[in-house]
Amino acid sequence: MSSKLSQKMGLGAGGMIGGRIALKLDPQALAHLTSGRRVALVTGTNGKTTSTMMLSRAVSALGEVATNHGGANMPDGHVTALSKQQEAPYAVLEVDEGYFPEVVRASNPSVAVLLNLSRDQLDRVGEVRTIERNLREALNTVTGVVVASCDDIMVTSAARDCARVIWVSTGTGWHNDAASCPRCGDPIRWQGEHWHCTNCDLARPKPDWVTGDGFLITPRGERVELSLRLPGKFNMANAVMAAAAAAEMGVAVPDAVQRLRTVSNVAGRYRTIQRSGRRARLLLSKNPAGWSETLTVVRESAHPAVLAINAHEADGRDLSWLWDVPFEQLQGRRVIASGERATDLAVRLTYAEVEHTIIPDPLEAIDAMPVGDVEVIANYTAFRDLNARSADGE
Amino acid sequence: MASKVQIALVLPDLLGTYGDFGNAVVLEKRMTWRGIPAEIVPVRFGEPVPDSCDIYVVGGGEDTAQTLAVRHLRDHPGMQRAASRGAVILGVCAGIQIFGEKFTRADDVTHPGLGLVDSSSHAGGSRAIGEVVAEPVDGLFEGLLTGFENHQGRTVIGPSARPLARVKVGTGNDGSVEGLVQGRILCTYLHGPVLPRNPQIADLLIEWATGTKPQPLDLEAVTRLRQERAKAAGV
Repeated sequence: MSSKLSQKMGLGAGGMIGGRIALKLDPQALAHLTSGRRVALVTGTNGKTTSTMMLSRAVSALGEVATNHGGANMPDGHVTALSKQQEAPYAVLEVDEGYFPEVVRASNPSVAVLLNLSRDQLDRVGEVRTIERNLREALNTVTGVVVASCDDIMVTSAARDCARVIWVSTGTGWHNDAASCPRCGDPIRWQGEHWHCTNCDLARPKPDWVTGDGFLITPRGERVELSLRLPGKFNMANAVMAAAAAAEMGVAVPDAVQRLRTVSNVAGRYRTIQRSGRRARLLLSKNPAGWSETLTVVRESAHPAVLAINAHEADGRDLSWLWDVPFEQLQGRRVIASGERATDLAVRLTYAEVEHTIIPDPLEAIDAMPVGDVEVIANYTAFRDLNARSADGE
Repeated sequence: MASKVQIALVLPDLLGTYGDFGNAVVLEKRMTWRGIPAEIVPVRFGEPVPDSCDIYVVGGGEDTAQTLAVRHLRDHPGMQRAASRGAVILGVCAGIQIFGEKFTRADDVTHPGLGLVDSSSHAGGSRAIGEVVAEPVDGLFEGLLTGFENHQGRTVIGPSARPLARVKVGTGNDGSVEGLVQGRILCTYLHGPVLPRNPQIADLLIEWATGTKPQPLDLEAVTRLRQERAKAAGV
């Protein structure tokens, strides 16, 4: 009832308020609601929402799954999601990296998926090495299986000492946060896809699962085509992580892949909206690693681009990360800087020598583009607002 | 000077946490747009630091990266040699800490700094996070200094150095002054893209490096951003 009330009062989507009240009444609510279910947790900096949706679709081959598919990834969101599906024998939860230790303690997961770790909202989340240490401690208490990317140094360090780890080579990499070893501080050396610390024994583990261009290879050496509806290399990485986790939950690989293939719209992301003769594809990117990946997707077309940047609490107030995004790749394209911090973006684009105009309202920016296809990339709250305002435009 | 003004981007792989690359880009573009040939020379971890560059840009990093960076710069003292002949150096965030005589980390371990400037740094009780506005000292540059800070360190300046600016909003070195200047070394806690927001400081560094005051360069977006951020900080 409280989530309906929240929606009616215009307080939000109602994904958290019920859980917030339940946690006030019963601080052990998360432990109670997960007890007796097989639980999978998904965390990391980028791709949590998509991987969680893929994994929950795959696990639905086994039975009903409770999941927080709307992206409310803190304990109150988990309690809300679990309360709505009390009978579901499975739970697949997206978990904010800051809350991961707490959620692990409460839920005793069968599978924990650790996607990647890079800098994100430094003023709010903190520095990546602190997150890595906290995740390492939490993962070491997991009695189930940990599914982790061996191409990510931070992730490898966090997961390496766990009782049972399934290593996935995701083929994606943002290495800018890991020049020095998270264990001893000495330099990391790369040789092709392999990496190792020049001082201690931290090194890339041998992968059990491998991601190829459009396919995956299972631990038994089977090659399975992905044929995803979602674009980009990073979504292939999300899919392989989800497939590996689903296999650990007991889903046959072909079944798992067939189901995660059906994912086409993740909380509004990748959705196309029609407006005043424009077809605008909505892409969410929250941090330098995410923007870099999204720009590679956008680079496949020559369409004009609207870029929208906000800096609320949930986005991080600090926009220094804009300088780590290779916006130079947009040179020669028609670009509009948008969002509440359009001017910060405009300065970045000026120095990247990308011609642009400023229109703070993203919908007005879309309308100002030539009739046809438009790429829209927005960070968290800019995306959320845009999505809400264009809900009926599909 | 070589045929191009060389901007050393020092250890971007260790000290690049806060978009510090942006400061090198701003220096390079502001020179090339005015017909002064310039280039960025990245100096990565494990590589010797050249002593022949005209400007050195040192950015921010986390504790372990910072310690590793000091070790590297001590083993390869190219920047210190350049400093002794008057090269221009910008130290941002971690830069201000490691350039001093010593710095104490949050874990209470004291490390010797590079001794380039007369200062010492220690960990403050709380982390300073947020918008900063500060007023220049001694007419060193025009207009307010504006930027974002996110640091635990506090810095005390000795008699050979002087503060860069007086804090109006935010914390800076110690709640009253922000940054420091000693010769042609300029340090600030305003991290990452401090030069995009403060083109007058970029041009001051360019003047020091080239010996000539650069032509005015008006960028509409930059002017607009400075006005917006000062207003947002209530100044």
